[in-house]
Amino acid sequence: MNKLMLGNAAFARGLYEAGCTFVSSYPGTPSTEVTEEAAKYDEMYAEWAPNEKVAMEAALGASIAGARSFCGMKHVGLNVAADPLYTAGYTGVNAGMVICAADDPGMHSSQNEQDSRHHAIASKVCMVEPADSQECKEFTKAAFELSEQFDTPVIVRMTTRVAHSQSIVELNDREDKGLKEYKKDIGKFVMMPGNAIKRHPIVEDKLARLAEYSETSPLNKVEYNDTKIGVITSGICYQYAKEALGDKASYLKLGIVVPLPTKIIKDFAAKVDKLYVIEELDPIIENHCKALGIEVIGKELFGMCGEIFQSGVREKILGEKATFEGFDEPVPPRPPAMCAGCPHRGLFYCLSKLGVYVSGDIGCYTLGAAAPLCAMDTTICMGASISALHGYNKVRGNESEKKAVAVIGDSTFMHSGMTGLVNVAYNASNTVTIILDNSITGMTGHQQNPTTGKNLKGDPAAAVNLEELCKAIGIKSVRVADPYNMAETEKIIKEELEKDGPSVIISRRPCALLKYVKHNPPLKCDKDKCVGCKQCLKIGCPAISIHGGKMEIDHTLCVGCGICKEMCKLGAIGE
Amino acid sequence: METKSIMIVGVGGQGSLLASRIIGNVLLEQGYDVKLSEVHGMSQRGGSVVTYVKYGDKVYSPVVQKGEADIIISFEQLEAARYVEFLKKGGHIVTSTQSIDPMPVITGAAVYPEDVIGKLRAKDIDVTAVDALTLAEQAGTAKASNVVLMGVVSKKMDFDRSVWEKALENCVPAKFLELNKKAFELGEQAAV
Repeated sequence: MNKLMLGNAAFARGLYEAGCTFVSSYPGTPSTEVTEEAAKYDEMYAEWAPNEKVAMEAALGASIAGARSFCGMKHVGLNVAADPLYTAGYTGVNAGMVICAADDPGMHSSQNEQDSRHHAIASKVCMVEPADSQECKEFTKAAFELSEQFDTPVIVRMTTRVAHSQSIVELNDREDKGLKEYKKDIGKFVMMPGNAIKRHPIVEDKLARLAEYSETSPLNKVEYNDTKIGVITSGICYQYAKEALGDKASYLKLGIVVPLPTKIIKDFAAKVDKLYVIEELDPIIENHCKALGIEVIGKELFGMCGEIFQSGVREKILGEKATFEGFDEPVPPRPPAMCAGCPHRGLFYCLSKLGVYVSGDIGCYTLGAAAPLCAMDTTICMGASISALHGYNKVRGNESEKKAVAVIGDSTFMHSGMTGLVNVAYNASNTVTIILDNSITGMTGHQQNPTTGKNLKGDPAAAVNLEELCKAIGIKSVRVADPYNMAETEKIIKEELEKDGPSVIISRRPCALLKYVKHNPPLKCDKDKCVGCKQCLKIGCPAISIHGGKMEIDHTLCVGCGICKEMCKLGAIGE
Repeated sequence: METKSIMIVGVGGQGSLLASRIIGNVLLEQGYDVKLSEVHGMSQRGGSVVTYVKYGDKVYSPVVQKGEADIIISFEQLEAARYVEFLKKGGHIVTSTQSIDPMPVITGAAVYPEDVIGKLRAKDIDVTAVDALTLAEQAGTAKASNVVLMGVVSKKMDFDRSVWEKALENCVPAKFLELNKKAFELGEQAAV
């Protein structure tokens, strides 16, 4: 049976067909749907872990127990999970273990453009890279085989365009694998120095055998057409090259990207006149070729940043530029914005009004940095808001402690914000932390987390009580605010900033996009009362605009949250 | 057959994913190789979003580039203007007449251009503009404006009506099927 499938859904299908029984992940664009789709197969246990490190350790534990296991994450998530990954490279596996690392060239939804192939090289594990949905499924199955054959975790490297494009997939049946026997093996699984010293040469030997295998692996493909141009590539770049160059070039498409083969590359290079390496982000294949003494053209032509596309290949290799005509006037940009009714809006307006330093974090609320609110000073990585503000406050002292807050979402707090808060309490900085509890993981499209009371399958689960948790950590002042009530929220923030000692404010209101959230009727502007003072525009609501000097509310967007009503001194806004 | 390219553009939350799935379903039914490319994550939050649909004997890149699109389907006028440079010479634009001010316009940092559709037509582009929002509301909900536009597009593509109907049945939950069929019909009528 053939089906049009998202790359990530095909990946999940691969897990299913390969007989995987354990899935533990943390959501992150563009990796999230692998796990969401995997959860739809009853044959696989699937869960959201609080962070990627926990997910990877859980998956390794399941593998040691004898089950084919999986954990999925975005590229920056792999940094969080790097600790278990690098040692899992030493211990190896029992049953197969596959990891999804989804890179985001072009940074569609990420804070950096890192290339996960570096992690595979450094952790001495194997990495494969599919180029379409069919390969997502096939490579995932092959990854389990490689994992067991070579006793190593295998990373499947996804990129946004492969993860989030749909193409045709041929479905096969599942092969149940059952549980492999667990045999106690202290030398293999207890990584203390004496054992790890003995494992390291085994790991090096594994890599050498993998490299040897990659010379003849069906995952690496050579395609000879015209040999004037030769292209070595992998993943989505193969599609770009093939679309742009067609039969005008010959291709070496690498499915195994770590470790890279040697003989087939030398062989291919010898048969073509001019050799290009087409790869996004860092020059990994290119540097490998150059180290082999092979002359290739790569980054000097394509650069290190962003995506390459078929147009890039056409332009750089064939010298063909696309012809097109744009709009004659400037088209205003349309950056993402907080949704109408977003509970974060009221809170960020208060912070903007108070003019405080805002140590930000990763989530929908990062949009609080955008105009007109501009209420954010830093965003680094998951969890950094609290820990970075602690450092900021420690060196700037009392003066800054009364004028600075950290903002962090509920899911991000569970992920890695808690440890920062422990540091605030333990090492006593007067830090004010605001947990933006919208009762869901928002940005990645509504995943449950340990505070929501539901698990990945939507079944009831234990819910972390944020108030009790913060108190247990050692924060004496923990208060709850409703961000729809801006006057009260502002008052609470002011009071907590004035207090001596660390405090936590939980800004609590569920995401307006959640299905169970009841919306109020859309609000209307009384044109007789409106004087066009633009006070209501200061909250940056996408449903509000000014036409003919009067405020207008788009009834298809407005959910009646009432924040604009609080802004209007003239009482012009009502139902 | 040479690969054909369609772009679906709009504002995050307008339902472009469903639209691309309906078209993808139609094309798959016709036996083409098909690739769809979607946007998830941050840009979905009220930002400019674009979905690509490509079909032919064999499709490689899932992405459409400047000067490559045969049809641009736009859920909002300004987005049609933004992506017009992706249109191939002789290509069609199907757009809703809806306009949504982006944040820079709301804050007064930029101006929403006037008469976008007239200016696109002045470029000798075949533009079909319909009030998809009003038609969708007539069908029962503003949310169905994506399906209204599918009705319009079906008149620009040479596939049997029954294939579109089947695609609707495959892509839309049963309880909303009648409403969406109505929206589709209103789109078809508006295209003429």
